[in-house]
Order: sequence, then structure tokens, then C-alpha cells
Amino acid sequence: MTYTPTEIMTAAAARALRNEDVCFVGIGMPSAACNLARLTHAPDITLIYESGTIGTRPAVLPLSIGDGELCDTALTTVPVAEMFRYWLQGGRITVGFLGGAQIDRFANLNTTVVGPYTKPKVRLPGGGGAPEIATSCGEIYIIMNQTRRSFVEKLDFVTSLGHGEGGDHRRRLGLKTRGPTKLVTDLCVLEPDPNTKEMTVVSIHPGVTRERIEASTGWPIRYAHDVGETPPPTAGELEVLRDLHARTARAHGVAAGGAAHA
Amino acid sequence: MSSFLSLAEAIESAVRDGDTVAMEGFTHLIPSAAGHEIIRQGRKQLTLIRMTPDLLYDQLIGMGCADKLIFSWGGNPGVGSLHRFRDAVENGWPHPLAIEEHSHAAMANAYEAGAAGLPCAVFRGYIGADLPKVNHFIRSVVCPFTGEQLAAVPAIRPDVAVIHAQCADRAGNVLLEGIVGVQKEAVLAAKRAVVTVEEIVEDFGPRSPNAVILPNWTVKAIACVPGGAHPSYAHGYYRRDNAYYIAWDAISRDRESFRAWMSTEVLGGGPQDFAARVRGLRTFGADSVDQDQGRESVSNGI
Repeated sequence: MTYTPTEIMTAAAARALRNEDVCFVGIGMPSAACNLARLTHAPDITLIYESGTIGTRPAVLPLSIGDGELCDTALTTVPVAEMFRYWLQGGRITVGFLGGAQIDRFANLNTTVVGPYTKPKVRLPGGGGAPEIATSCGEIYIIMNQTRRSFVEKLDFVTSLGHGEGGDHRRRLGLKTRGPTKLVTDLCVLEPDPNTKEMTVVSIHPGVTRERIEASTGWPIRYAHDVGETPPPTAGELEVLRDLHARTARAHGVAAGGAAHA
Repeated sequence: MSSFLSLAEAIESAVRDGDTVAMEGFTHLIPSAAGHEIIRQGRKQLTLIRMTPDLLYDQLIGMGCADKLIFSWGGNPGVGSLHRFRDAVENGWPHPLAIEEHSHAAMANAYEAGAAGLPCAVFRGYIGADLPKVNHFIRSVVCPFTGEQLAAVPAIRPDVAVIHAQCADRAGNVLLEGIVGVQKEAVLAAKRAVVTVEEIVEDFGPRSPNAVILPNWTVKAIACVPGGAHPSYAHGYYRRDNAYYIAWDAISRDRESFRAWMSTEVLGGGPQDFAARVRGLRTFGADSVDQDQGRESVSNGI
């Protein structure tokens, strides 16, 4: 069965989630991956959106983090201050799922500005919940398209901490959480090197070459000793994912594959 | 004690040039009609506060109402950029906009501190992030018991909080439910609060004792504006107009098309236009899609 790079990325990210996870979900591609997990191998996963919805089971993907669908299908909805204080800062979340505009080799993320902060070339939306999601969740998964523009040697701005300067930097900052443990792109899957914490390719999607990965990365990318091939999405996963996107497009009044991927 | 006023009177009584104004609503219950009234009344030099400035703040910024924005995420959710916000920050159009940028956790904590009458909020945040380097309002304190260094930001104490709620009763108490965001905190942190509501009911009827109720002595003015949260939504009344959020991208991208749109839809319009905008999105009543239950209404204005 044929599939798109976005579909294998979403499926690979979804498989990283466990049935017992409590997951803080970012909007866009993280939301698609988390709901694919819930609709396939992780039916009991607790999905939390920062609008305060806990244990939500949306039939269509939300356009925003606070669509009514999330509240309608949630186990409970709490005020936003409580969400950030008790549930996130309180250490109740096992996985935070983020995207970003720029990432570096230690999985620090920038969603704030391109160019200098005071005179930006592009003003991006900003951090939202990410600065504290990145440090308070047990671990972080990141899903992003891999291009030279997004995978950069040096970030213009560190919106949220990954592994900082690498090594034991998170420990030195007093953090006990693990930080980014998985980075899934449209080309490959990366995990941090156990010592340096540099994000390292552990599996490559079928048909993707190392040359292509290197041409899409702004630093000399490293590979693990045993680089596997990412298993392609199954027919079942593709069917669930495509149904979800079709329902979403109908609900939002746009063509399938439109804004839901933004 | 709250008074029932027309929207124009309510805004006029509470919002002055140079005020610090928090129009809150975390995706849900965004006070769009009230914000449009502020634009129509030509308020200037406002400091606008909002965790998630979206279309409404894009409009206020593009119309030159704001000198400063205090925020934590400024985008069109799921769609992309806020083009008027970007134009102000990147090019100073229509005039430069000062920004004070935080994280969501910081803003939520700062609203709570404001409501609690504290001078600042303390939380575990911003670790390893660059925002403290560019925002000197982000500082730190040391826990006197454990020695842990924690982030501190000033409490948010707006001159005016503006929110939209599901309903008010005859006595001027206000009820909101669903995704309740930081509205209760914003109202209790502010010197004055203006609330628009979907409807005025005789009595709230059966409700959870834990429903979010703002007693009438916490609110200055209430205006009944059915549909007043559009293109956001009012849980139990109408859905979020997601297609409208997507359409805003093209309208707002260009200065001229933005101004033309504002001229017809906002400057040439009024609060009475909102009911028609949500007609096809209603979740109960004559145009219902879902047949959800609504409350007994004495002035639903549909």
C-alpha cells in the first residue's frame, strides 16, 4: 500500500506512544499522531490538551487546542492555571508531544523568531506552553519535517530546552526529566546518543537515502551503529489515519489534507 | 454591582485610552463583539493582555488600538501566522508595538497571582529557555525552605477584564462553563470587568455547585450579545467557526484587504450582526445541528 512521507512520519510517531501514557498534545502533527495511537494500539492513552481537557477522545482532529470537540469528549476539563500548575508542573504527564519551526542537534526548539529577537525577519507565534512542557514532562517526543531551513546548526532563539549544550546539561540545570527521547521526521527517526545527547539517526524510512537526510540537515548528522529501516505504516494504520483526516476536513469545511496539517 | 447596559455603553463606561485591557478566552468564549466595540469607539494606546492573542487581537493591533502586547502565543491556531501582529512587530505598521512575551505557564500563574492579590507569581519555569534574556520581567526567587531557584513574574492586574460568558441571570450573576480558561482569574485580577453574554435567563436552574459563577458584585457591566464570541464559540450554543479562522489568513495578509474588511464588518457593523454569523453553527434551537439542550431563555435574541 502506498503512503506519503507525512503518513509514515505520523505512524512512526504514534507507535512510540504507549497505552499507559499520559500525553500532553501539541496542535497539528502531534495531535494527528496522538489520536492515531489512541485509535489503534493505545486505546486507553490519556490525551491532554493545554486548554484544560483531560482524557479527551475527539472524533475529528481539532483545529485549535481548545475546540469544543475536545471538551465534549473529555473525562474532565480543568481551568488553564490548574492545567499548568497541578497537572504539568505537578509532574503528572509522562510524554509531551511537540513540533517546532527550528530544531538543533540537541533537540532544542525555536518557535519564537527567525532573525534577531528585537528586529525579527519572521515573527513566529511564540512558545505557548512549550517552555514548561519541555522540562516538566517525563520525556518529550518531537515530530517535524526535516529540511535545511528547520534543522539548523544554530537556533535563532531557544524557545524550549532540549538537551541544551548536550551531555549532562539538563542535570546541571537541576532537571530530572529526560527531555527529547525521540524525534520523528518525514525521512527518519532520531534518538539522543546516550552520552553526548546529540540526536542520532536510528532508523531510516523506506526509500530514503543517507544523502537525502544529510542534504536536509544543517549540521553533520550522525548515525547509530545499527540503523534500521522504519517499518512502513500498516494498511490498518493508514485506513484509520485517512478516515480521521477525511472526517476532520469535512468538519472544518476544507479540502482533505488542508489546514489540519498546519 | 453589575448593571445591564448596551454593549456600546458597557465599553464606554469601562475602557479608556491608555488602559491595560485583558480580553480573555482560551479559544472558547472569546469576546469578539466587545473587542469590535473597542475598535469602533477608537480607543488608543492600550496595553493588551492575552495568553493567546488570535484574530481579535490581530484586528485591534492592525487598527492601531494597541501600543503594547503582553502575551504567550500569538498565532492563528492550526492555520499559521497572525499577519497584522507580524506586520506590527516586523515593520512597525500601523505603528510600532512593544511586546512583553511569556510562556503560558507564566501568564496563567500571573493571572492567579493577580486574582489572589499577590505582587508576583512563583513557579518552576523557563529553565534553559531564552525568554528571560529578552524579557526583564522574568526573574527568579529562591525558595526559603529548599533553596530551589524558581521563576517569578509580576502579577497581572489589568485596568479592565473583558470576557464573554454563556449567560447572566436577572440579578446580574454570570455563568460560564466548558473550557473556562483564565477568565475567572482575569475578572478577579482586574479593577473593572465587562461581560458579554449569550442570553439573560430568569434563573440558572440546575447546575453543578462547582460551575464557574461570577457573582454580580465582581462585574461592572453586562451586555447581552448573542453570537458575541464568533468566530470562537460558546459551548452549548454554537460551534467554533473553523472555516472563518482559515479564511482570516487571506483577509489579513494584505493591509488593504484587511482595512476594507474592517471597514465593512466592524466599523460599519454592530453587536446586532453577531447572531446571524452563528446561525448556521447553532447547536440547539431552530437552526440546530446537534439538538443539544439549551437553558430556558428570557432573551435569547435569536
